[in-house]
Order: sequence, then C-alpha cells, then structure tokens
Amino acid sequence: MSNRLVIVLKVLVHLACLAPFLILTWKTGHDLTHPGAVALLGPDPTAALSHGTGFAALRILIISLAITPVRRLSKHLGWLIRFRRMLGLYAFFYACVHLLVYLKLYANFDWPTLVDDLSRRRYIIAGFSAWLLLLPLALTSTKWSIRKLGKRWQVLHRLVYVAAILAIIHYWWIVKTGVLDPVKITITLVVILLARPVWSLIDAKRRQRRMAEV
Amino acid sequence: MLIRKPADISSSEITSKADYLNRRTFITGVAAAGAAALAAERIKHWTDTGSARAAEKLQTVKSPLSLKGETPTSFEDITHYNNFYEFGTDKGDPARNAGAMHTRPWTVQVTGQVKQKKTFDIDTLMKLKPMEERIYRFRCVEAWSMVIPWDGYPLSEFIKQCDPLPKAKYVQFLSLADQKQMPELHQSGISFPYSEGLRMDEAMHPLTLLTFGLYGETLPNQDGAPVRVIVPWKYGFKSAKSIVRVHFTDRQPDTTWNMMASNEYGFYSNVNPNVDHPRWSQKTERRIGAPLFKQRQPTLMFNGYGDQVASLYKGMDLRKYF
Repeated sequence: MSNRLVIVLKVLVHLACLAPFLILTWKTGHDLTHPGAVALLGPDPTAALSHGTGFAALRILIISLAITPVRRLSKHLGWLIRFRRMLGLYAFFYACVHLLVYLKLYANFDWPTLVDDLSRRRYIIAGFSAWLLLLPLALTSTKWSIRKLGKRWQVLHRLVYVAAILAIIHYWWIVKTGVLDPVKITITLVVILLARPVWSLIDAKRRQRRMAEV
Repeated sequence: MLIRKPADISSSEITSKADYLNRRTFITGVAAAGAAALAAERIKHWTDTGSARAAEKLQTVKSPLSLKGETPTSFEDITHYNNFYEFGTDKGDPARNAGAMHTRPWTVQVTGQVKQKKTFDIDTLMKLKPMEERIYRFRCVEAWSMVIPWDGYPLSEFIKQCDPLPKAKYVQFLSLADQKQMPELHQSGISFPYSEGLRMDEAMHPLTLLTFGLYGETLPNQDGAPVRVIVPWKYGFKSAKSIVRVHFTDRQPDTTWNMMASNEYGFYSNVNPNVDHPRWSQKTERRIGAPLFKQRQPTLMFNGYGDQVASLYKGMDLRKYF
C-alpha cells in the first residue's frame, strides 16, 4: 500500500467518522432555528441525539478493535495499523459527545440527579466507566507517550477491551428485557475478542509443525 | 456531418443577459428545489400511515374528562413513534409494517367468568355506545410522553354488555398474534399473544376508555386498530392494542411484561414519579414532538389523574404494588 493511497484513505475515513456528528449537528441546528417545521431529528430529539452519538461511539470502537485481528489475515494488510489510533480517538470523541448529551438533556447538569444516577443506575455506571477507561487511552495516544511508556503502553491500552465490553453491557442494560437489538454488535465483539486467542493458537500450531519438520 | 455555423443558433436559444446574470440565483433555486424534494419525501414518510384500510371519520362528542390547556401531539408523531413489538422493536417499525394487518373482518371474543360466552363483531362494537373524544396524557414506561385525542366510549359500557359473574375480579385483554400478518412476531424475545389486564374496579373506572380512533378517525393499525383500551393513569404498555379476546377471571391474569421481568414491570404499573424503574428514573419524561430543550418535564403522580383514581389504591403500598 503506497503512502499516497493511505493518505487518500485517511481522508475518506475522517469524512466517514465525522459524518454522524456533522449530520446530527446540522439537524439540531435546523430544528432549533425552524420551530414548527418538520423536525429533522424526529419526534424524540433527545433520544435521537443520545442514540446517534452512542451508536457512533460503539461502532467506531468495535471497528478499531477489529483492525488487529483483520491485519493477521494477510501480511499485505499491515498498513491497516495506521488507522487504529484515529478510529480510537473518534470513538472517544463520540463517547464525549454522548456523555455531554446525557449531562445536558437527561440530567440537566443537576448535581443530585447525577449523584443518584451514578450511584444507583447500573447502565449509567457501566457507560460512565467505559468513558472513564477510554480517557487515559486518548491522553496517551501520542507518539511521545508511546515512546515514554514503552512496554507499559501496550498493557495500558488493553483497557480498550474492558471499555468495549462495558459499552456493550451499557447497551444491553438500557434496552427493555426481551429487546434483542444489541445482539449483532455483541456477536461482532465476541468474534473480535475470540480472534486473538484463535490466532495465537494457529501460530503456535504452525511453529510446532515447523519444529517437527526441522 | 452537419457543422452548425453560428448563424444556425436562433436567438431564442441564446441565454438572455438577465438569466445569465442571474445564473447563481438559478443554481441556488435548483439546490433549494432539491432540498424541497428531499423534505417532501420526508414528509411523505411521516404521513404515510401504511394502513391497509383507509381511515374513517368517527362521530364523537367532546368529553368533560378531556385534558385542558395542553396541545395534543401531532398526528404524525402519534402514528410514527410507536411501541408495537409484534411489528418490530424500532419506534418506526409499526408504521412501516403494520399495514399488513387486516382489521376486517374482526371479532372480539368474550370468555371466562361471564353469564354466557359472546363474540362481538367490530362494527357492532363500534356502534354499541356513542363515542367521545378524550384528550389524555399518555406516558410510556420508557419515560417519554404524548398528549393524544382518543375516540371511544367507557370500557365499563362494554363490560356491562359482557355480563361478568360476581366472582370475576379481573379482566384480561389478549391482542392479535398472527405470524402471517406480523412477520416480526418472533424477532424479539417476547412471547405472544400480548396479554394485559386490569382489576375490575380499574376497568370500570370512567376514565378507562375502549378506544376505536384518534384525531376523529379510526385508529391507524400501528396505534392498535381496530380496538384497544386506554388507561391514562398507567404506563402505556398496560393499554392493550388490537384486542381479539376479553377474558374475565377471579385471579390476577398473567400479563406479558410482568412475566418478562416482574421486578421491572408490576401488574399495576401506575405512573408514579416516586417509584423508579429498577434501571432508570421515572421522575421526568420527554414530551414527544417538543423542541429539544423543552422536551424534559416532570412526571405527575398517576400521570396527573390522581384526583380521579388515587382512591382505587387507598391503603395500598404503591412501592410494593408498583
């Protein structure tokens, strides 16, 4: 993969990642400035904004996690690594907007409501914990941090798996019992999480075979 | 090959100077037309009720029990933001999929502890009593709310026609569950037919409405056509849709959401801002169709119908019987 192509792809990925934000911002701006017109955010704008940003965060996070296992499918896919950080940062960006939507439109920055939610509502605890785990990862995403932290960087950044699992739990806990909407994304995450040990196993087998041949 | 000489271009084909100078306005106009077409498409989506049967006007009289001073939610929102899991779990699914449901012929069976089992044809049922328009608050357990002008008559009038035996203490409502008309029926983890129920005194309460229409027209399928109940002081899921059977019993009936998760959805499920859903707060609600920063509003005890219904629950611990 040539450098030039990667740059073109990066521009496209940036556009794709920004699209949900730009669309939601445009719709919100339209609805606020055109009261009485057909609301572009639909009948429940609060839910449209929280669901829209939440889905974007979760989906981008899962895509970023898929990069490592997908790279191992072929030695020609190594360049994919160059997209992992930006995807991770976009996931964190949407998680931040998602959190802000909750703080304003659900809790209205009301301290007792926040304390109540954070102490008792498990879906909020799970969601907030996921955001909290992503925070240090975003802060240590610079080249400088990677150099500085060395081996510890990799260990620290394994937290992303915990964050993804918490985000999925957050999703399951907010839908009504019997609603199976989170199934697809849950299966996707499970496959990604299983890919790691499966690849290692395959590698180990290969090494064994090579040893036997020698 | 004919090569046109400049003289062949008639003067009528030449863009006028005024148009040439206005070309930017023209382009803006085209862009605006495009945007308008998109908007029209969107409006068409919102107004397309997907109803297999055309709506009929209903003769109604205004009711003193109607809410005063609150603007009803738009017809579009009432008919395109629905929970009707037989047609899918997305709020837009019922409007998209409910058109496949046939509401004629339709009968409602009356079974259980009654003098005699009966079957009512929907057209007979609609003419049983004069219909009233009742503008009620509607509060979903998911913490959103609407104001809806329903059309129907008190459920008590229908129950009187059913001749329940004195030992009948509860009434159960069973909704249609037909895989052929409801392709999404088994897509969720919920078992159907949908079942709901009321204590007899709740069912006989003057606010409880046997409902056939909204906004003066027969119900769109996604809102529970051709007949449903409306119990305005309870969470919306208590108000069963598309009813095919009414069953009288001496025991508290098994109801769908209560069987799914009894710790989350009580049999009573009265709107109560002081009793949270185990996973979310019920203190406030989001008004559907309201502007973004005006959506959130406080939830009222018994959805604002406390004066009329609180006496039904006198002496009961509403935290226990939530």
